[in-house]
Amino acid sequence: MYKYDSYDQAMVDARVEEFRDQARRRLEGSLSEDEFKPLRLMNGLYLQLHAYMLRVAIPYGTLNSEQMSVLGDIADKYDRGYGHFTTRQNLQYNWIKLEDTADILADLAKVEMHAIQTSGNCIRNISSDHFAGASHDELVDPRPYAELMRQWSSFHPEFTYLPRKFKICVIASEKDRAAMRLHDIGVQIVKNETGEIGARFYAGGGMGRTPMIAPMIREFVPLDQLITYAEACLRVYNRYGRRDNKYKARIKILVHELGRDEYVRQVEEEFAHMLEQGVEPPLEEIARIKPFFADPAFEDGPKQVDRSDPDFALWVDRNTNRHKHDSYVSAVISLKPVGGIPGDATGDQMRLMAKLAKQYSFDELRIMHTQNVVLPHVKIGDLHALWTELEAAGLGSPNLDTIEDMIACPGLDYCALANARSIPLAQRISERFDASGKTEKLGELKLKISGCINACGHHHAGHIGILGVDKKGLENYQLSLGGSEAEDTSLAKITGPGFTEDGVIEAVDKVTDVYLDQREGEERFLDTYRRIGMAPFKEALYG
Amino acid sequence: MDNALGKSPDEVQFRFRNDEMVDHAAVTVDSCCDQTNATAVRIEPGDDARVLLPFLDRLALIEVNFPAFGDGRGYSSARILREAGFTGELRAVGDVGIDQLSHMRRCGFDAFAPDKPLNEEDAKRAFATWENVYQATIDGRQTIPQIRHGG
Ligand code: HEM
Ligand code: SF4
Repeated sequence: MYKYDSYDQAMVDARVEEFRDQARRRLEGSLSEDEFKPLRLMNGLYLQLHAYMLRVAIPYGTLNSEQMSVLGDIADKYDRGYGHFTTRQNLQYNWIKLEDTADILADLAKVEMHAIQTSGNCIRNISSDHFAGASHDELVDPRPYAELMRQWSSFHPEFTYLPRKFKICVIASEKDRAAMRLHDIGVQIVKNETGEIGARFYAGGGMGRTPMIAPMIREFVPLDQLITYAEACLRVYNRYGRRDNKYKARIKILVHELGRDEYVRQVEEEFAHMLEQGVEPPLEEIARIKPFFADPAFEDGPKQVDRSDPDFALWVDRNTNRHKHDSYVSAVISLKPVGGIPGDATGDQMRLMAKLAKQYSFDELRIMHTQNVVLPHVKIGDLHALWTELEAAGLGSPNLDTIEDMIACPGLDYCALANARSIPLAQRISERFDASGKTEKLGELKLKISGCINACGHHHAGHIGILGVDKKGLENYQLSLGGSEAEDTSLAKITGPGFTEDGVIEAVDKVTDVYLDQREGEERFLDTYRRIGMAPFKEALYG
Repeated sequence: MDNALGKSPDEVQFRFRNDEMVDHAAVTVDSCCDQTNATAVRIEPGDDARVLLPFLDRLALIEVNFPAFGDGRGYSSARILREAGFTGELRAVGDVGIDQLSHMRRCGFDAFAPDKPLNEEDAKRAFATWENVYQATIDGRQTIPQIRHGG
């Protein structure tokens, strides 16, 4: 894992002091709330329905045991004993006091963490593949490149007041586990014909009210031009992205309105100019970063588990991912217990996960955009012991990628922008499918719920998506089908008129029946939908 | 010439250069291109700074206006002008606050005329926020990656 040197630490410490000073000026009244707002936002502090919310950055979703443990301690000390892991691989605290924030930031800084640029119209925390450095199918570990971009994008002097927020994702395998093409910029580390490693760039993806899939804008950027190219992409956006309407300010609208080709032309022109400016960090910097992500000392061991306990066998089948070393797997800790709040973990659970990571996974954890936690390197021989401890703590749900493994945004329970509740709906759906035993039959089925059009719950990318809309003051839900955030990215289509809370649960049940009825062979829900189209589902819902 | 444009020298609160200040008002980018004698120009957020590149030699002052601090186009304008070799005064005017100073300085601004005068102590601290920096800009500071690898 990356370790700060004195320079990185000084940057974060400087920001804590800067924020302390800003909070002081706010309390003294020399900063108005209007002036303070963008500053607190750049430090991840939102004002929500009931309290301040603090978002902590977990760069590319990777953290160590000590950090996870501190997150648990903060939950206990400053919040109500829990935190919420988000689709951006971050952690959110929902019940924070303004007076405590600078102290929380100082606690975080002690373990090389911060809340910098987790909100505001700047380059946000960079996301990545949660199995990076562990999965059998990656070209290289994408995280050194993500770290290089983290440093470049931290406190960037030119790009701190962009038209709108800016999200970057870096992956390095054909399989996309990070919704790369639904980011403002998606980077895939690839190899060209001559065997050289470089970066493929996508730009203009995003969700929100106008979801778009990012088109590829450059097939191959050499590694010693990576930052320069990104800088050119951002400069064109900073200069020409719309600022007249915040709903049209994301880069996706610029790329869409200019057209991909014109955007590319402008970026190439700026890129040619930037190459003359010497903005690229020395290539040795990547070489310096890489060893931090070197493989831990893997040892040969058992390659199979004892499957005599069916509960354990099910968990292994569902919640582990093939590792690049054949005596290891990556194990997913589900934060989706039946009837629970997707992505929530208590302080105790965080400290337990930290302990287990130390014991079984070389001190490392990952946050998934699906709001679960990964122990990336677990010996197959240790799986049973690990599972036993997880089970005892209510963290052993064997439901990865099933309908119970829902993404749900905070919705009306916390969020000031919400139209409808997401959390109770998620809880009721998982209870119902668990009770009927249908979860297992359905196999991979990605259900995603957002409480409003901002789409924090990725509903556009759900095999089944649910969107809360406000209909004459009543909570109302729109159902959509056929989205995907994987390498076969697609946007879900709305089925038709919306439903009440009870009605939408019925509706989910009905569409899954259509699938069970019509599926062929090994088809997933998504495959069946793509083959038979919307009509049979509509018929079942409204016919 | 539009006399309403531009800040007077007494409104400049911070200045990091020793040459004499231009004491006449700035013109718009459009009129700067038409007039051959203008030595001061004012850029608005929507103006393309590159239009000025042919005239940089005769310009002593470029004011970049920030009608609202959240509109960050002026940061790109400033860097573009410095990257093109502009050595005259680059002055940030308008809604310029304490918390913008350090980034503006890095983008090449060397004079500041905020609408609302800033607390001198706070500003001094703000200019010194970053002992070291990650990104290379035209301010010529050695970056952290460069220091790590021996400059
Ligand atoms: C509770 C406070 C929150 C507020 C006020 C909020 C606000 C917003 C807004 C306004 C947008 C739309 C941005 C746009 O389209 O330009 C958005 C998008 C998004 N938010 Fe949130 N959000 C909140 C919580 C969350 C949480 C908890 C997550 C993760 C679970 C999250 C993840 C996202 C994602 C993934 C997007 C879509 C990004 C895109 O359009 O590309 N947000 N959020
Ligand atoms: S989707 Fe809407 S309701 Fe849900 S967290 Fe985002 S802004 Fe709030």
